Amino acid sequence: MSSSAPVKTPKTRPAILLAEFEDPNELIHAAEKVRDAGYQKWDVHSPYPLHGMDDAMGLGDSRLGWIVLVMALTGLGSAFALMAWANGVEYPIIIGGKPPISLPSMVPICFELTILFSALGTFLGMLGLNGLPRHHHPIFESDRFAGFSTDKFFISIEAADTQFDVGATRRFLEGLHPTYVELVEETT
Amino acid sequence: MSDLDPIKAIGEERLLPAETTTKSITDMVSRVTETKAPLGWWIVFLSAAACAGLLGIAIGYLAWTGIGTWGNNSPVAWAWDITNFVWWIGIGHAGTLISAVLFLFRQKWRTSINRFAEAMTIFAVICALIFPGIHVGRLWHAYYMLPIPNQMGIWPNFKSPLIWDVFAVNTYFLVSLLFWFTGLIPDFATLRDRATNKVRKTVYGVFAFGWRGSNRHWRNYERAYLILAAISTPLVLSVHSVVSFDFATSVMPGWHTTIFPPYFVAGAVFSGFAMVMTLLLICRTVFGLQKLVNMNHLELMNKIMLTTGTLVGYAYAMEFFIAWYSGNDYEVYVFVNRATGPYWWAYWSMITCNVISPQLFWSKKLRTSIPVMFVVSIFINIGMWFERFVIIVTSLHRDFLPSSWGNYSPTIVDISIYIGSLGLFFTLFMLFIRWMPMIAMAEVKGVLPNAQPHHAHADEDHGHAPAALPSPAE
Repeated sequence: MSSSAPVKTPKTRPAILLAEFEDPNELIHAAEKVRDAGYQKWDVHSPYPLHGMDDAMGLGDSRLGWIVLVMALTGLGSAFALMAWANGVEYPIIIGGKPPISLPSMVPICFELTILFSALGTFLGMLGLNGLPRHHHPIFESDRFAGFSTDKFFISIEAADTQFDVGATRRFLEGLHPTYVELVEETT
Repeated sequence: MSDLDPIKAIGEERLLPAETTTKSITDMVSRVTETKAPLGWWIVFLSAAACAGLLGIAIGYLAWTGIGTWGNNSPVAWAWDITNFVWWIGIGHAGTLISAVLFLFRQKWRTSINRFAEAMTIFAVICALIFPGIHVGRLWHAYYMLPIPNQMGIWPNFKSPLIWDVFAVNTYFLVSLLFWFTGLIPDFATLRDRATNKVRKTVYGVFAFGWRGSNRHWRNYERAYLILAAISTPLVLSVHSVVSFDFATSVMPGWHTTIFPPYFVAGAVFSGFAMVMTLLLICRTVFGLQKLVNMNHLELMNKIMLTTGTLVGYAYAMEFFIAWYSGNDYEVYVFVNRATGPYWWAYWSMITCNVISPQLFWSKKLRTSIPVMFVVSIFINIGMWFERFVIIVTSLHRDFLPSSWGNYSPTIVDISIYIGSLGLFFTLFMLFIRWMPMIAMAEVKGVLPNAQPHHAHADEDHGHAPAALPSPAE
């Protein structure tokens, strides 16, 4: 980037320390050590989900099921309310000698809307819990990080972590036998 | 070793060749979207797009002229429209079966074909949704099917199976779409990260939602996938059951049978697997994916077709048995007339294609022969179309009074719309295989041997004794 006017180099600050691994076995041992060292704001990146990594990272169970349960009950309730109100209260009609609010005939639509609301809750709940979509993240500043979606594994420790120290954390990560360690910086 | 290794004692083999790596999977699958399309793709795409154009013209003519341009007339008020609707919906079912039911049963071989089958589901349901939409005649009133508040103060009749169908099919479409898209997010990230030009990077980047393979995300993602599979499983069984209620809750002889829901579901899975097979055999050859979709996968699919084909054959036999056993003259007449009346050729085409042709798969030699399975899969597609035609037209064309009898034959508009719907399906499918990862890369990678860490904690939810292997890292 050459220009005539004196350009201020953009100020950067450390954002993430990134360690690259080739092998899932090394990765899971490294993750356990990061967990035991007491880091909080850190993550593991892999091309596919790894069995046992949640334990190695000390993560609890996903809370998604509760969101879906609430949505499922909402779907069930809305289906019943819609049919009972429309065919039973607002414009009562008697079809086939059945009362305007006839429970057996409501079963299929109650079922379908329960499923529909659950599916929407699952999808949107998953995105919400994950904080996605998020197209800008300092981790994408690293060129090597793109390998995560093919065959590489990464451990990232964020500078926002209270224990983070550029020098000490870097030495800690290097002690975990990664193939590569990089400091990712973000512009301020 | 790990739970992903084949169980040799029962003759299991590795799903994928030993030299397959996570890198080679990414390369094989992504390359299809990154290189120039082969000539075969253009030939199929352009002919399909031409047929889809025909669909547009035919529907335009139908909307302009009216439903009388179809061959339907009293007493055959439903004909090709509902035949095509049920046929397309049925085809969709295999996709959900492969992606959801086989997932819950931990059938790891599904990973090579599930993306493909889910795409097929979505496009088949799009084609299916056209038919109830246009068969109402005045297309601009199709919104009456939905519970939208309106100035007339009327609502749909929620006691009607036809409105159950509206909810079932639309739910099915949306849930399948969400399931498919959830699976695509990590693979879009792969294409984004491999992209060399800005347009690809931006477009795939938008759809990848900023996916960064984070384990904190995978945790919720895997739970989401499990929940979607768990709710899709009863959904897929319900959809074709509800479609069968359209018939079974009426009092028409030939329709009013309790075997319809399970019979329709088995038939749907049967026809869907046949369609997956037809498409898969073409695509793996055109795009050179024989390594990822190999004979193991094809043979397992043929076994499912043999099973469901036999179930369907049982249902055909049971319909006849119950007609005789019921002692109802009208019911008996409908079935005898199906096999020997003016539409005998449709009935026997159905029996030949659906019951007899899959029986070839009892032979290992035939079950593993590509030409045989291709021909049989086409036969099943044809046979399952005839099944719906037989159920609808033969039950209707002999009304209760001989004075009301009539016959049905399709018009050029009927035929154009059917061919057009095939065109639309293949157009969408061709665009899918060209621009999206047609094999679920992240899922296939996860079931490779050595893909998962051999770690003590890793085995606890599989009930195995911990495999205390020395770790190369230490």
